[in-house]
Amino acid sequence: MLNINNLHVQLEEEDKQILKGVNLTVEPGKVHAIMGPNGSGKSTLSYVLSGKGGYEVTEGSATLDGQDLLEQEAEERAAAGLFLAFQYPVEIPGVGNMTFLRTAVNAQRKARGEDELSAAEFLKEVRAQAKSLKIDAEMLKRPVNVGFSGGEKKRNEILQMAMLQPKMCILDETDSGLDVDAMKLVAEGVNALRSENRGFLVITHYQRLLDHIKPDVVHIMANGRIVKTGGPELALEVENNGYADILAEVE
Amino acid sequence: MALPELNQTATQARLSSLSQPEGGCLAGARHAALSRVQTTGLPGRRDEYWKYTQPDTLVQAVAPEASVFHHDEEPMFGGFDRLKIVFVDGVFDESASDDLELEGVRIDRISDISNQDIHWAKDLYGVLEARGQSPVARPLAALNTAFAREGVAIHVTGKPSKPINLIYMHKSEKSDVMLHHVIRVDPGASATILENGPAASRFNKCTEIDIADGASLHLICAQGRDHERRAATHMFARLGKETTFKSFTLTVNGVLTRNETVVELLGDNAVAHVSGACVGDGDFHHDDTVFVTHDAVNCESRQVFKKVLRNGATGVFQGKILVKNKAQKTDGYQISQALMLDDDSQFLAKPELEIYADDVVCSHGSTSGAIDENALFYLRSRGIPNDAATDLLTLAFLGEAVDEIEDQEIATDIVERLENWLIRRR
Ligand SMILES: Nc1ncnc2c1ncn2[C@@H]1O[C@H](COP(=O)(O)OP(=O)(O)OP(=O)(O)O)[C@@H](O)[C@H]1O
Ligand SMILES: [Mg+2]
Repeated sequence: MLNINNLHVQLEEEDKQILKGVNLTVEPGKVHAIMGPNGSGKSTLSYVLSGKGGYEVTEGSATLDGQDLLEQEAEERAAAGLFLAFQYPVEIPGVGNMTFLRTAVNAQRKARGEDELSAAEFLKEVRAQAKSLKIDAEMLKRPVNVGFSGGEKKRNEILQMAMLQPKMCILDETDSGLDVDAMKLVAEGVNALRSENRGFLVITHYQRLLDHIKPDVVHIMANGRIVKTGGPELALEVENNGYADILAEVE
Repeated sequence: MALPELNQTATQARLSSLSQPEGGCLAGARHAALSRVQTTGLPGRRDEYWKYTQPDTLVQAVAPEASVFHHDEEPMFGGFDRLKIVFVDGVFDESASDDLELEGVRIDRISDISNQDIHWAKDLYGVLEARGQSPVARPLAALNTAFAREGVAIHVTGKPSKPINLIYMHKSEKSDVMLHHVIRVDPGASATILENGPAASRFNKCTEIDIADGASLHLICAQGRDHERRAATHMFARLGKETTFKSFTLTVNGVLTRNETVVELLGDNAVAHVSGACVGDGDFHHDDTVFVTHDAVNCESRQVFKKVLRNGATGVFQGKILVKNKAQKTDGYQISQALMLDDDSQFLAKPELEIYADDVVCSHGSTSGAIDENALFYLRSRGIPNDAATDLLTLAFLGEAVDEIEDQEIATDIVERLENWLIRRR
């Protein structure tokens, strides 16, 4: 469903190449994990896929269900089913979390030609989802992510994902900042969404998360490329030995 | 001190175009105001206090014409039960106005006061305006005191059951209007006053407000949507012990607006909040000039001003908090912010604090900036289209000012109008 082909990306502002030919395919129903040293380009990949400005694609392509992603505006990609759980969720003072969620859900429905959810339908749904993620009602009323703890922000990302029901979910270090219990909650939230027509790309540094969200495929990214791909055992190898061996091997 | 010749010529030209109402109990105040204008002269380009706003068109003898703007938006405050007082191009419209009788308040027209010798009004008319002439002269307010023929005297004696709504219709392209209001709130009394409408092609409004101990007053003003109108308004408020004064002004469009607010906290534990939100584009020029004086113990003042500017618009903020030496335990807050929706607009701000007491908490901040790109991307990445996301962030920016409005229904209505303004510009 997600096809990334020889993707080269540099910064718009300066002549700095960050992604240097990424190849990656995520099939429906599968969970792919990406691991890799700090600064290797994992977040950049997730931003470029979701349409953040400031990057220039110099070569290659990325498609979702055959549709060119890179041509679309960020909001079009979202409506087409792409979702990014941010490594650093953004605080938006003055915009209520609830208003934000409802606006987003209905904007996507509208873009897809579906009826908007009524206030009551939306409320029912958001309450149920929030409850299972242990997000209390008070947090829903507050401005988006403002004053949320690190872990609360991450849970809020998963709440958005649950409400938006995307086809292709990219999770960028959703586990960082989570306590052990919150990690379980988040993993349960993700696992509840796993289905045969939904794909996941889970960026993480730790095996811990992958204990809960079992990946089908694990990729190692280094210096702007996927340098190694394997099964779940690859994550264990990283956990035990770090990246040195793997990087030496591919050099 | 002799006036610069240029000012003097302009002042004389303006004065000779006007005639004072004759006789009555306000005659003394009017004459005194006229000599204040003659002493200070009307504002000129060189005046420090008018550094960011050109006063020429506010001063010149003949007002520039302004076309009447027709739109199909519901009139402001239309859905609220209120007592309507209507002025059309500055002239009281009796047939469009409600009966001025309402329990807890007595309302008279300024033109009637002159002949009735109503003491409180006579003791207020021109008095706060005169006090407000120092340390900075406000000659357009003195001009108003000297020449305004109409306006209302509102004497709040209890707690009227509904707000009083002053409606200012603009019908003539050549209208050049002065209105002078005096408002007195008796001890323990409280009222809400709503104002809306562009009033005239050129509008000079002066409001003097005296809030007695334990009383409160809420003012919400919307200055209409006419693009070409000009306005110079002054509000002078004097607060007694344990009083609350809250004022919010909404400005949408208008080629030139200068809103001056002068607040004196003279009784202990008084609270004054002065706020405003404005949105404008093109040749829109909007100036909030505020002077808050703390002269009593344990008072709180807040100034919250937010401006959304696009396509070459200009925003100005001059705000001062003066804390006199006996005003211990003062809590003063001032924020002025501009959101530029493009690179062509400008915001000129001069925030000032002058503090002579030592046990004081005062903060002020002034910023101008564009829409936060990270926030915008976050919203868009959730499927919210660029336009809608920008509007959402713009309304969020205005939120802190709009939140100053206590009445939730009015606040919601104002947010909707602001949103519609933004949507019309997509
Ligand atoms: N806007 C930018 N300006 C300058 N450098 C950038 C920018 N965006 C990314 N980079 C650089 O690109 C490289 C890749 O960054 P990226 O955030 O994608 O790494 P990452 O793999 O997500 O790292 P981490 O594991 O620490 O989250 C880094 O060297 C980073 O400093
Ligand atoms: Mg990262």
